[in-house]
Amino acid sequence: MNRRDTFFRQAEDIPGTTLFTSGKARQGYWINQFSMSLMKPENRKKWRADEKKYLEDWPMTAEQKDAVLARDYNRLLELGGNIYYLAKIFSTDGLSFVHAASAMTGMSVEDYKAMMMAGGRPVEGNRSIREGN
Amino acid sequence: MADLQYGIACSHVPLIGVGADQNREDDPYFAPIFAGFDWTRQWIMKPENRPDAVILVFNDHASAFSQEIIPTFAIGCADEFQPADEGWGPRPVPVVKNHPELAWHVAENLIMDDFDMTIVNDMPVDHGLTVPLTVMFNKPDSWPCRVVPLMVNVVTYPVPSGERCWKLGESIRRAVDGFNEDLNVQIWGTGGMSHQLQGPRAGLINAEWDRKFLDDMTEDTDRLRKIPHIEYLRETGSEGIEMVMWLVMRGALDPQVKELHRHYHVPASNTALGHIVLENVQ
Repeated sequence: MNRRDTFFRQAEDIPGTTLFTSGKARQGYWINQFSMSLMKPENRKKWRADEKKYLEDWPMTAEQKDAVLARDYNRLLELGGNIYYLAKIFSTDGLSFVHAASAMTGMSVEDYKAMMMAGGRPVEGNRSIREGN
Repeated sequence: MADLQYGIACSHVPLIGVGADQNREDDPYFAPIFAGFDWTRQWIMKPENRPDAVILVFNDHASAFSQEIIPTFAIGCADEFQPADEGWGPRPVPVVKNHPELAWHVAENLIMDDFDMTIVNDMPVDHGLTVPLTVMFNKPDSWPCRVVPLMVNVVTYPVPSGERCWKLGESIRRAVDGFNEDLNVQIWGTGGMSHQLQGPRAGLINAEWDRKFLDDMTEDTDRLRKIPHIEYLRETGSEGIEMVMWLVMRGALDPQVKELHRHYHVPASNTALGHIVLENVQ
């Protein structure tokens, strides 16, 4: 196996992590471009006024649009969204990375913050699906 | 001639910018974060240390670059760069003034040295670049030095290897050493340390790994430059890969360096905050 294939294969073994590869970049191109559009104040205004209508202009799949409307960030990662692009959506909602991260981990914001204050999620047990370490 | 004696690394967590912009430096949450920069803030403004220009290695977080264009290494050559609107309006920080002659000189030398740089003139700069300026310089009306932005893709895979980043640093140093103007130049590497912002594993921190990385900035750089992508991802979280940008900085310094200052604190938002100041050993 060549270097690229080996690396992508190894990365799939990391639990709870989606690598933003070329495949994801292709699949999620319009999720990410839509997200970028929210960097402009005039677009944020239109988006807030009618989210569904705003999405009509973007050639995303119905599944991708539903995930955006539901703010289902784990689903959006699976469907090709990248976290730095998705950040434009939760920033427009007035939410921080801590809020989005806690949602993706299934924890309450308070529990997530407490975990971070206590030193974060330990690497032990979170390195490899195969090795279980 | 231009002279490069010092390298600085620091995390560029957006929340640190928020803390500064909202004057919350004394809040219990922010106080230990900012305290670790007090030493550097005093040190860097002493006339003998103050840089005329900083080559600031950072990554864009889907601000200037969308999925339309993804350069692996880009160097900003315009006269100035505006703070980016990342979704909540631009940070209230000064415009970033470049040293365009130095920037073009470095770009030309890198390309002649087989690094196929992308030249960028229109590039709003996001927290990756402005938070490091804030933690070093606090809140001046204008930044006290010129800034050459050097952007590395660490978002869309594959991103450049640590070894490639190191060699880029070496090539930057050769370019700076050949710049025919008396100029005190620093190089800063930003991002990291361990953090993961996405998915069910978000919040991952690996303090032991980070501390070894800081130690080996002076003790074992051969190890650092060979760390493979998969190790960053596994051990330091998906966004810990930003630490390859510290290797651009380290590669630009002499083989032997002295650690002048270090700061490590968990958490800053989702991130292990790391900061180090290094000096060439004469």
